Amino acid sequence: MTRSFNTSTDLPVTLEPRYQGPDELGFSRWLGRMPVWVLPLIAAVFLIWPTVVEAQTVYSAQKIMDIMAKWLPLLITQGFLMNVIISFFTMLFGTIAGLFLGLGRVSDNSGIRGFSWLVVQLFRNSPWLVLLFIVMLTLPFEIRIAGTYIAVPDWMKAVFGLSLPIMANLAEIVRGAIQSVPSAQWEAAESLAFSKRQIMWQIILPQCFKRMIPPWMNWYAIMTMATPLVSLLGVTELVTLSRQAMEAEGNNPSLLMPFFGFALIIFFAYCYPIARLTLRLEKKYAVKG
Amino acid sequence: MIETIQDFFRTMADTYPKWNFIFFHEPAQWDRVVSGFFVTLQLSVACVILSVIIGIVGAWAQGSPSRTIRWIVQGYIQFFRNTPPLIQLLFFYFALGQFTPTVTGPDGWTEQPIISNVGWAIISLSFFAGAFNVEIFRSGIEAVPKSTLEAAESLGFTRAQTYTNITFPLALRVSLPALNNNLINLVKTTTQAIAIAVPELLYEMVSIWNDYASAQNAAMAVLFFTYIALVGVLAFGMNRWEAKLLVPGFGKARR
Amino acid sequence: MSDQDWTDQQPIVSIKDVHKAFGTLEVLKGVSMDIMKGEVICIIGPSGSGKSTLIRCINALNDIQAGSITIEGQEVHDTKLDKLELRKKVGMVFQQYNLFPHKTALENVMMAPIKVLKQPRDEVEVRARALIKKVRLEGKEDSYPGELSGGQQQRVAIARSLAMDPDVMLFDEVTAALDPETVKEVLLTIKELAADGMTCILVTHEMGFAREVADHIYFTDRGVIVEHGPPETFFESASDPRTKEFLGQIL
Repeated sequence: MTRSFNTSTDLPVTLEPRYQGPDELGFSRWLGRMPVWVLPLIAAVFLIWPTVVEAQTVYSAQKIMDIMAKWLPLLITQGFLMNVIISFFTMLFGTIAGLFLGLGRVSDNSGIRGFSWLVVQLFRNSPWLVLLFIVMLTLPFEIRIAGTYIAVPDWMKAVFGLSLPIMANLAEIVRGAIQSVPSAQWEAAESLAFSKRQIMWQIILPQCFKRMIPPWMNWYAIMTMATPLVSLLGVTELVTLSRQAMEAEGNNPSLLMPFFGFALIIFFAYCYPIARLTLRLEKKYAVKG
Repeated sequence: MIETIQDFFRTMADTYPKWNFIFFHEPAQWDRVVSGFFVTLQLSVACVILSVIIGIVGAWAQGSPSRTIRWIVQGYIQFFRNTPPLIQLLFFYFALGQFTPTVTGPDGWTEQPIISNVGWAIISLSFFAGAFNVEIFRSGIEAVPKSTLEAAESLGFTRAQTYTNITFPLALRVSLPALNNNLINLVKTTTQAIAIAVPELLYEMVSIWNDYASAQNAAMAVLFFTYIALVGVLAFGMNRWEAKLLVPGFGKARR
Repeated sequence: MSDQDWTDQQPIVSIKDVHKAFGTLEVLKGVSMDIMKGEVICIIGPSGSGKSTLIRCINALNDIQAGSITIEGQEVHDTKLDKLELRKKVGMVFQQYNLFPHKTALENVMMAPIKVLKQPRDEVEVRARALIKKVRLEGKEDSYPGELSGGQQQRVAIARSLAMDPDVMLFDEVTAALDPETVKEVLLTIKELAADGMTCILVTHEMGFAREVADHIYFTDRGVIVEHGPPETFFESASDPRTKEFLGQIL
């Protein structure tokens, strides 16, 4: 008697859920999977919109177009470019600080480990806006370096405010990546008489580097989407300028759609390729086996 | 007792002029903090409940046989997940707020919109978090094996009985970790209601430090740790619930 | 024939010329069989021959395109049929146990009588404990499915079906997912059930078991019944070449 048919014994109690807890690439995965035609579709909706509302308002579609054409160059060069600059610097500071904080999380010294844990918890769990407010107000408007006063512009303070949560979240990515390197690597390197510091910087971190890039880019996209928050603190960027422009044009409600619609499209157009690239890299760097 | 505490902070403000915890010794300022805290609490609770309802209804609608309904739900998710919540808030309040009817206020002569700024904040933030909840619940439902539901069917359960007794309890267990994360994020996002002048905790604290420069450091510290505590309590409660619902051999315990 | 006219002198399950297709793939091409009360039937055959589909059609988990299936004279695929009445008469046990993972063994057994039949809880509990004892799982009442072995889970699944007090039990390859050691305990439970006079329809690969307990064996291949008969004649003197080939491979 044999039972040669269909004898798999490892039957799942539950299927793997598609949204398995907090996915570290959730945002990019979602954005990157969107078909390319979504962008022109959104653009079309906001172009057609003025024509649709024309009947209800004093503004003709032509007039709305003229107003938009007048403001667009400013919105891009003074507005969105500012969001991009803020996001670059935020990422720069957040990455450097996050790397060291992440190293602190895996330090041999329990004091450093505990302190890093506390910092990560505090800045991951507080609202970004609260951090922004606190940093904007506590940082001086100028700093004294070697006898000369250097003004700290508002947007630079905003960069520091946004860097804090980014630092804490990137620290967790660094820690996760370091801990994912098999401990045999440490032992092998130790047996070759490398020092602890050498092992970390020359052997472990280079291995983690590729693994960290996709989640790192994912956080870049999330943070870029959060840059309009700084408009609440009076920093000049796209949303601040859009609201000022609408005010200058008499705050007509029919301007809300085209202005906010433009903000939407430009953020989308910027983040979408990043998300696509993130997913490509994730696939490329996926650990085999 | 209260006098002692007030005296303590008054003396402290005199000794260290930069650390004036004004709301701990001036009842009027204390009332502002408390009212701000309760608005934040109200926003959070209302949005958590509403967004969970939106999530459940949306996940159910996504399983609808009608393609139109599925597309509408999909469109809703796409829109709310991709745009910054701040722009959503501004859009809801300024753009849609234009079209809501007004009623005569309690004073008998001012015209007030039916939906206040608090109302718009609740609606906008609930839709924002709800979009994520739909996805979370849907994947939870998908994680329930079809064969388990078939077993229920063969035992004579109706569709509704299967849903309430089997599908929902199992889907909830799968969804909880992600739901936990999203609700914490929601509580943090309520601060953005300051953009439409909702008098929540951040708003009240900012006005206090604008009014009393000496209270700035104190207000910041209290603000920061209040939110940490709020998020901590929510996370603790959700983790306890998760642990309580954990059954051997299902979900987390398997890995 | 309506269920009022049915007496246990007539087949309890009657399958007549059943056709079933999934899209263009025809799985059952005119299958007929009659099962009397108290009989134990084994359906054997190569994978993909339609055995499982047939047994699922008996329970109306799958619908059929043509033909008829009656249980105690009641047409199963009658759209006006009260499904609940059918489910009360027919119990089913699956290959993958399909216990409810968030309920203990006892709760799994008690759930359907309480929720579906609306029977009083304490009465159901007495019966459920007796059933758990019957499948030799005393002491495991409060264990969750995740804490039980495959064989133990399968026996809880059998008790769960029996709690509905069915007239016919369907077993869909119930031992196929089990370790060889635990197969025995499940088969023993089924054997006892058969000895108690329960009408059983089994899809199985356990030839030794089929030979021992079955009153009648059906061999299906590519959607038709190729050959059938009592075990002695079936195993000793199969006439069809397809049956011979299958038995040759498996014995």
